[in-house]
Amino acid sequence: MKKWILFIFIFFSALITTGCGKPFLSTLQPAGEVAEKQYNLFLLSFSVMAIVILVVVTIYVIVLVRFRRKKGDENKIPKQVAGSHKLEVIWTAIPILIIIGLSIPTVYLTFYFGDVKGMERVDEQGDPKHLVVNVRANLYWWEFEYPDLGIITSQDLVVPTGERIYFNLKASDVKHSFWVPSIGGKMDTNTDNLNTFYLEFDPEKSDEAGNIFYGKCAELCGPSHAYMDFKVKAISRDEFDRWVLAMQKNEEPELASELAVKGKQLFEENDQFSCISCHATTARDDRPEATRLGPNLADFGNRTRVAGYLEFTKENIKNWIQHPEEYKPGNLMYEKADFTDEELEALAEYLMSLKVQE
Amino acid sequence: MSSIAEKRSVGAVLWEYLTTVDHKKIAHLYLFGGGFFFLLGGIEALLIRIQLLKPQFGFMSEETFNEMFTMHGTTMIFLAAMPLLFALMNAVVPLQIGARDVAFPFLNSLGFWLFFFGGVFLNLAWIFGDAPDAGWTSYASLSLFSEGHGIDYYTLGLQISGFGTLISGINFLVTIINMRAPGMTFMRMPMLTWTTFIASSLILFAFPPLTASIFFLMFDRLFTTNFFDVTAGGNTIIWEHFFWIFGHPEVYILILPSFGIFSEIISTFSRKRLFGYSSMVFATILIGFLGFMVWAHHMFTTGLGNVANAIFAVATMAIAVPTGIKIFNWLLTMWGGSIKITVPMLYALGFIPSFVIGGVTGVMQGIAPLDYQLHDTYFIVAHFHYVIVGGVVFALLAGAHFYWPKMFGTMLSERLGYITFVLFFIGFHLTFFIQHFLGLWGMPRRVATFLSGQGLDMGNFISSIGAFMMGIAIVIMLVNIVITTVKNQKVGNDPWEDGRTMEWALESPPVYYNFKQTPFVRGIDTYWIEKMEGNKGLTPAEPLDDIHMPNNTIMPVIISLGLFIAAFGMMYNPMNQVGDGKPWAIPVLIIGLCITFGTMLIRSIKDDHGYHIPKEELMNDKHKGGIAS
Repeated sequence: MKKWILFIFIFFSALITTGCGKPFLSTLQPAGEVAEKQYNLFLLSFSVMAIVILVVVTIYVIVLVRFRRKKGDENKIPKQVAGSHKLEVIWTAIPILIIIGLSIPTVYLTFYFGDVKGMERVDEQGDPKHLVVNVRANLYWWEFEYPDLGIITSQDLVVPTGERIYFNLKASDVKHSFWVPSIGGKMDTNTDNLNTFYLEFDPEKSDEAGNIFYGKCAELCGPSHAYMDFKVKAISRDEFDRWVLAMQKNEEPELASELAVKGKQLFEENDQFSCISCHATTARDDRPEATRLGPNLADFGNRTRVAGYLEFTKENIKNWIQHPEEYKPGNLMYEKADFTDEELEALAEYLMSLKVQE
Repeated sequence: MSSIAEKRSVGAVLWEYLTTVDHKKIAHLYLFGGGFFFLLGGIEALLIRIQLLKPQFGFMSEETFNEMFTMHGTTMIFLAAMPLLFALMNAVVPLQIGARDVAFPFLNSLGFWLFFFGGVFLNLAWIFGDAPDAGWTSYASLSLFSEGHGIDYYTLGLQISGFGTLISGINFLVTIINMRAPGMTFMRMPMLTWTTFIASSLILFAFPPLTASIFFLMFDRLFTTNFFDVTAGGNTIIWEHFFWIFGHPEVYILILPSFGIFSEIISTFSRKRLFGYSSMVFATILIGFLGFMVWAHHMFTTGLGNVANAIFAVATMAIAVPTGIKIFNWLLTMWGGSIKITVPMLYALGFIPSFVIGGVTGVMQGIAPLDYQLHDTYFIVAHFHYVIVGGVVFALLAGAHFYWPKMFGTMLSERLGYITFVLFFIGFHLTFFIQHFLGLWGMPRRVATFLSGQGLDMGNFISSIGAFMMGIAIVIMLVNIVITTVKNQKVGNDPWEDGRTMEWALESPPVYYNFKQTPFVRGIDTYWIEKMEGNKGLTPAEPLDDIHMPNNTIMPVIISLGLFIAAFGMMYNPMNQVGDGKPWAIPVLIIGLCITFGTMLIRSIKDDHGYHIPKEELMNDKHKGGIAS
């Protein structure tokens, strides 16, 4: 019995450390300060709890081995013990001590993670010291606005590694929750108020994970809750600055092909929908957020996924435009469109050419 | 042996059950009603696990999946676990305290029928097309956004069944305070009675917030009020607070009576009195009290601020202390005992390690900064299934086996019981242990599917296999019940041979008036004391006299039916959010309410004094009624 338990314990310890999880998704392979601290807290509490389990199981096994009713003892009446003050005090006091012990890192880290004063800090020139991102969650897509840089992007959050990034979080329709598991714990995006927290991306760990982290919506928000994924591109500060400059140019790239030009026309004007009325194609979008009804498509050509979770291929873009309801039921774009194959081809070509940099 | 062998027609039996106010028969009703919904919730669980068998399976649509887990959670908590506990409480608690019935037999029946009609109303959502789809928590922004009438079935159904629960809770409180036999002081009450008492007081305080918030939600959706509509100045966070001020105590409402059942089983089959009885009582009260102090730990990521998170984190962890006291007391009850492994005892033995795992993961989630990672992932799904299946469902299965003879006079097959236990126990751990890791690997809960390539395939597959083992186990248990009922081998008063509390001094099942003479209680484990002194039954506290009994009545069914009808009128009223108001709605609403309140009026005006069983008849009655004579 004991050997079994030891075996199970070792097996699962091995599971935890090596992990079946993926480095871009697993909380057990932290790639940032917040997740790292939370992981350490996990290991600490897990070890303490493993000891608790061990104590209980030890007593349990002894009891089961020693005190089972044996043949010939059927009529034996055991001594009726009322209790023991000494024992009661022991198993009240020790848990209290354990909990006081656990409370210290708990309270400390609660305040540590909750400290968002850095958000307002400025340098000598009066420029903000830290990058701030406004996250707005929608059914079923994410908007990332960089208020101090004047740019907006959607679905793919781009961040510099090695520094604290502060987030303002809110939802525009129903409650969602912003979560990048391997970078740090989640925070809800409420419809009522603005939530704030920070994350940090570790440069080396980011490289190891391929510089792309998976983000998820962690609060039930409707039929497509499972598909409300986003990606985080964690790149070096230099690369990030170059990306920001390119985004700030605020003009669409030269369209190389005839097909793309036709796509642009369709995008702006077609018989069925007016794509442009919801989707901006440049990163500077001065309209108020209530009118930004669809994801910003600037730099769409560099996206990692279509609709947040499908592989980035032309075929998927075409399918998505034609049958969004099949891929994200309950989405607010439209149920399905009736574009001809050429039109779809042109639209996809146009969208794929929306790149602010190569 | 029972002398009543007269055959009665099906109609007569049905009428008997519709009109009964006998706590033992109401226990049967709760058992079958709750059991039915338990099977329904179980089927929903299996369908959920089929959908998650492999990535992007497409077994059901995302919309259906959301309805499925919403109904699974709602059904299991409100319509299965609680009624099944009420079944055992009803069957046992009056006997344990030496009472002839609960304090308000009429309300007992009303409580059941309200629950039943509420549950049926909620499940009609499946038949009429829109099941609730916002989770059992039904967070306000999503539940207002939800299309169709699904959420209306939720609000109306839960309000009706919630009345029933509240009524039953009050009934048990009054019963336990007022109806104890002479000598049955509070500190001599069996643990199941104690935990029922505390759970009932939790119901008294926890259900009103739920009723109020569901009422708000219903008005938002049906009468265009704006309690939770942010654009009109409402607030959705208020719903979260309300819901969890109810929702957290709710899990203690479930687990405390389960603790009670295990306390009885462990001490019975260890042949020892409960170790540290008074500290067990104290721990129960403390858990109940702290249960109201920790609701915001469900909202650590909502953004309540550092101070709130820190306070609620520490308060949450504090609950581990009284729970730990209980675990060690159970272990020490067995220590030095003479442990007989029976099916109920097996469940108790399975419960201890399972619940400890669920408990320690609870502490881990109480650590607020760690919970930011664990919240709303499969880790929490694993955690609450470890406490609710490993705690409550194990207790229900154990209790069903343990009290079956007292409820029906027959013993469930021990052999089939072992098979059920082994399959269920292995299946349970297979299903839920891996889910801790799925959560840690980054799988959010309530996702209709998952994508391949994220390292989640294997874990989900294992989990689904386990679920099916649990399903098979339950089928075997049903077979067991059928076989046992068909065989109909009656057993004596104390079929487990080591019964300690008063119910085991009575016939199995007890005669309709329970005790011929109210017993006299001389200490903890009344029946055990009498047995040890060589007595065959209990000591009477009064001379044999007439017994006052309540009359059967159909009124509770009619009162509940009225609300059931009114709910349809409410749902289709012309102001409803869905916009499919019907002209018949208001008349139906009025008719329904008239039925309910009219019946209540008749009940108030018409005096029903019940009847007396004359002394002479009792003297000639072969039933012993628990008294040694």
